[in-house]
Amino acid sequence: MTDTHDPGFRVERVDLQDGRAELRFGGQLRFRQCFASWQSVRRLARPPAAHLAFDLSGVDTLDGAATALLLELRDEVVAAGGDAEIVGAHGGVRAMLDLYGSHPPRSSLHPPPTRIGVLDQIGRETLTMLSESHGLDFIGDVALAGANAVRVPSSINWGDVPRLMERAGADSLPIVLVINFLVGLVTAFQAAVQLKQFGANIFVADLVGLSVTRELAPLMTAIIVAGRSGAAFSAELGTMRVSEEIDALRTLGLDPYGFLVFPRIITLVLVLPLLTILADVIGIAGGLLVAMLGLDITANAYLIETQKAVRLWDVSSGCLKTVFFGLSIALIACQRGLAARGGAEGVGRATTSAVVTSLFAIVVIDAIFTVLFNVLGR
Amino acid sequence: MIEVERLTLGYGNTVVLENLDFTVARGDVFAVLGGSGSGKSTLLRALIGLEEPLRGTIRIAGAPPRREGPPGNGVLFQSGALFGSMTLAENVALALAKWTKLDRDAIDTIVRSKLRLVGLEGFENHLPAEISGGMKKRAGIARALALDPSLLFLDEPSAGLDPVTSAELDDLIATLNVSLGMTTVVVTHELRSIFAIVRHCIMLDGRARGIVARGEPAALRDGSADPAVRAFFNPRARAA
Repeated sequence: MTDTHDPGFRVERVDLQDGRAELRFGGQLRFRQCFASWQSVRRLARPPAAHLAFDLSGVDTLDGAATALLLELRDEVVAAGGDAEIVGAHGGVRAMLDLYGSHPPRSSLHPPPTRIGVLDQIGRETLTMLSESHGLDFIGDVALAGANAVRVPSSINWGDVPRLMERAGADSLPIVLVINFLVGLVTAFQAAVQLKQFGANIFVADLVGLSVTRELAPLMTAIIVAGRSGAAFSAELGTMRVSEEIDALRTLGLDPYGFLVFPRIITLVLVLPLLTILADVIGIAGGLLVAMLGLDITANAYLIETQKAVRLWDVSSGCLKTVFFGLSIALIACQRGLAARGGAEGVGRATTSAVVTSLFAIVVIDAIFTVLFNVLGR
Repeated sequence: MIEVERLTLGYGNTVVLENLDFTVARGDVFAVLGGSGSGKSTLLRALIGLEEPLRGTIRIAGAPPRREGPPGNGVLFQSGALFGSMTLAENVALALAKWTKLDRDAIDTIVRSKLRLVGLEGFENHLPAEISGGMKKRAGIARALALDPSLLFLDEPSAGLDPVTSAELDDLIATLNVSLGMTTVVVTHELRSIFAIVRHCIMLDGRARGIVARGEPAALRDGSADPAVRAFFNPRARAA
């Protein structure tokens, strides 16, 4: 049997009389030829023989990939109970075989993964998540650092706050305004369709005003800040963690909580209410546009109706919630960032986790405040 | 200067190193040697107060490693660990601004002198991302020297540097030791650096989870019977 897939490479099987066989290779055994015709070579090696010799005396060139395949084929024959050897190699071909074949097979350093059930997997992941998050440690450390900051205000890196406020506040203003304008606009559209049927067009102003100031503007602004600044804080601290900058801070006698965490908490607690007030205004403006263009309501009438419907409490309750949104976003982002492990992938995981957990926390906090205000009759 | 007694280090239930005993004399250049995974960095982190020992004691100038307050030691991390959002000058000035009552002009003067000492004069306003790996290490040393510590810890100072830059860094470390009388602890596995600057060393082995040799580097290279030590100092002989 002979196989010549490539002009530079040939192989033939010669069955000898005493049950022995030879696979005679010739030409150049290179990476590309191996992949083109290796199945044929395996077929040639398949018929059993008392002794199978891989004769490389006609081979001029042997590269790494071909060497690996050749050695594996020999080992397969031996593992199947046959007797096989490589013969006739010379010069560079011999050197290549020595290089690849000189290392005895070593078992993997990692044992193969064992198959486990779904419940077992959930349990393991939960335990890993709890052990890795160190959430309570972080809260304790922040509380201690907070007590220290009250005693020694200079322990906080106040110098970083304006820069962070610019990044989290001023830089995010365009996206906050655009999103909240559209939210006000969409809310007004949806309301207009229903209210028109009852001739209650003017109440679009009430609906937009109340829903924007009490719920939509605080929520949307917090979500944008979580996705933007929360992710940035987490990635920044995570990168500092994996590049030993946090350790370097400690060795300079600087507390990472005072230096990194508190400026970020202060930033978001201050910035979120300010952004929310602007979001309230622009959200109402979105509703006004729909009212003027779609419902023939004058701007004056719309604004007077909004003024009648929206009380100071509605605006301030929305802003009050955002203080807690900001606190939770900053705490979660910093905790995830400082707990990052394992290089770039770890930073990516920390950032994802920070955003997802922040969004969850925002919704939970919002629900708590809604119930609380309802119970208090506000 | 440093006294370590029956020190055991690890994470959770995993012991990395156990029952370490060694001392580092004032003014010495002392190296912690060993292959990858031998626990060198873990030991360094314990010496600078970033890891709590499982057992045993570390005393630096008679006291445990300081975890709060002004640092008594300077530390160079393997990557330099410069703060990426700050210029080199701001990196060096950070500890001075925190722990001294010097005015801005005085701090600027000290910062310039520290950067000049490590050959980075004129790079004060560069960000870490704008300079080479060797320059980052130099800037890291300048930052570590900001408060004029009497003890300097260096984690793999030559790692990832070309031979010329590495030799320059070795010269700088030797000069700091001789001129300033600074006790220096180096974690390294660079043979060239070891023979260029180190006077005494210990060698850690991951399998033994402890010290397998101690003494002067040349004496260990020429006289140790321990196979791990011989392989470390003569890697080509082992490969052959």
